[in-house]
Amino acid sequence: MPEVVVRKKVVCVEEIFHEGGPVAETPLRRAAALAVIRNPFAGAYVANIEWFMDDLKPLGLEMARKLVEALGGDPEVVEGYGKGAIVGSLGEIEHGALWHVPGGYAMREVLGGAKAIVASTKKVGGPGTRLDVPITHINASYVRSHFDAMEVGVNDAPRADEILLTLVMTTGARVHARVGGLKASEVKGEDGLR
Amino acid sequence: MKAKIRKIATFVEETQREMDRDVTPPTRRAAAVAVIENPCAGKYVEDLSELMVIGEELGELLTARAVAALGILGPSAESYGKAAAVGENGELEHAAAILHPNLGAPVRRVLGKGAALIPSSKKRGGMGVVLDIPLGHKDAAFVRSHFDGMEVRLNDAPRANEIMVAVAVTDSGRPLARVGGFTKQQIKGDDGLH
Repeated sequence: MPEVVVRKKVVCVEEIFHEGGPVAETPLRRAAALAVIRNPFAGAYVANIEWFMDDLKPLGLEMARKLVEALGGDPEVVEGYGKGAIVGSLGEIEHGALWHVPGGYAMREVLGGAKAIVASTKKVGGPGTRLDVPITHINASYVRSHFDAMEVGVNDAPRADEILLTLVMTTGARVHARVGGLKASEVKGEDGLR
Repeated sequence: MKAKIRKIATFVEETQREMDRDVTPPTRRAAAVAVIENPCAGKYVEDLSELMVIGEELGELLTARAVAALGILGPSAESYGKAAAVGENGELEHAAAILHPNLGAPVRRVLGKGAALIPSSKKRGGMGVVLDIPLGHKDAAFVRSHFDGMEVRLNDAPRANEIMVAVAVTDSGRPLARVGGFTKQQIKGDDGLH
């Protein structure tokens, strides 16, 4: 059974004070953790790939914890999340789908049982490919102020036989959110949607 | 603070493997980037001293952020570099005013030493422009294992009236460095070169 072989890890943190409007009292922070791993299925069609999700679980947890740490260490400050994957050219999009379960559940576990589905995206691409990772509120997908995205990428990854995995967490709404809709303060938090 | 900061981002990269070999200890680099308003945008300004003051502020702020992102003390840093990208309503000389007169002193203060010239690059560009920050050993520019570069970019910067300023710091040289030359063990540290 191939273990997860990591070539490189990256952590990016953005602190956003304003975007042309009033300076935020508490700046919005977004953090992304990225891991570049070897794709054990690169180069050939492999029918049975599902087992690799279990192998990815420890990496997911490590990345989720790293993000909380990058945002100051308190999971309570995290209000939004998302995840994504970029599969190198010798792999297929289905390999990126292996990240849904270990990536998503790792964040929910670290955040103490967040309720909303973790927004995600994935693609096949070469080194330097950028991914716009979608972000939604951790307990209610419909919170409009928390719909956001963070662009991530690594200039030398993924190589052809690699997968770039990413998790993203944010500390709040868009910096000048003002288009109405369901508010974070109105979340019931039962169904993960509202 | 004189600088009007819209956003600060930090990036940390840790390379654990290269060409299927372990990199022990892993090589690590960090960059801190500030996106600021360009007070001289849109017109020719003869006296750029305002930008020089901003450079001094950012030298301290960004170096402290980069070192903190690496989780090391300043004196443990091994190499450094700086770069700036000016939005389309500014001129290259604005980047020079930030980077060259005053930014270096606080960088060296935070890092304890820094006898070597801080390698730099600059350009004008639109949002998403890529900055390749050159890296060199902080006490001896000829240390060949530490000639390197780090790519950073932010999808939403610099806007036309902004400047993106970056400082990069490492605690190591290239992964698997093996092209000979002057080594860090041979550093005298007097002239900034050897």
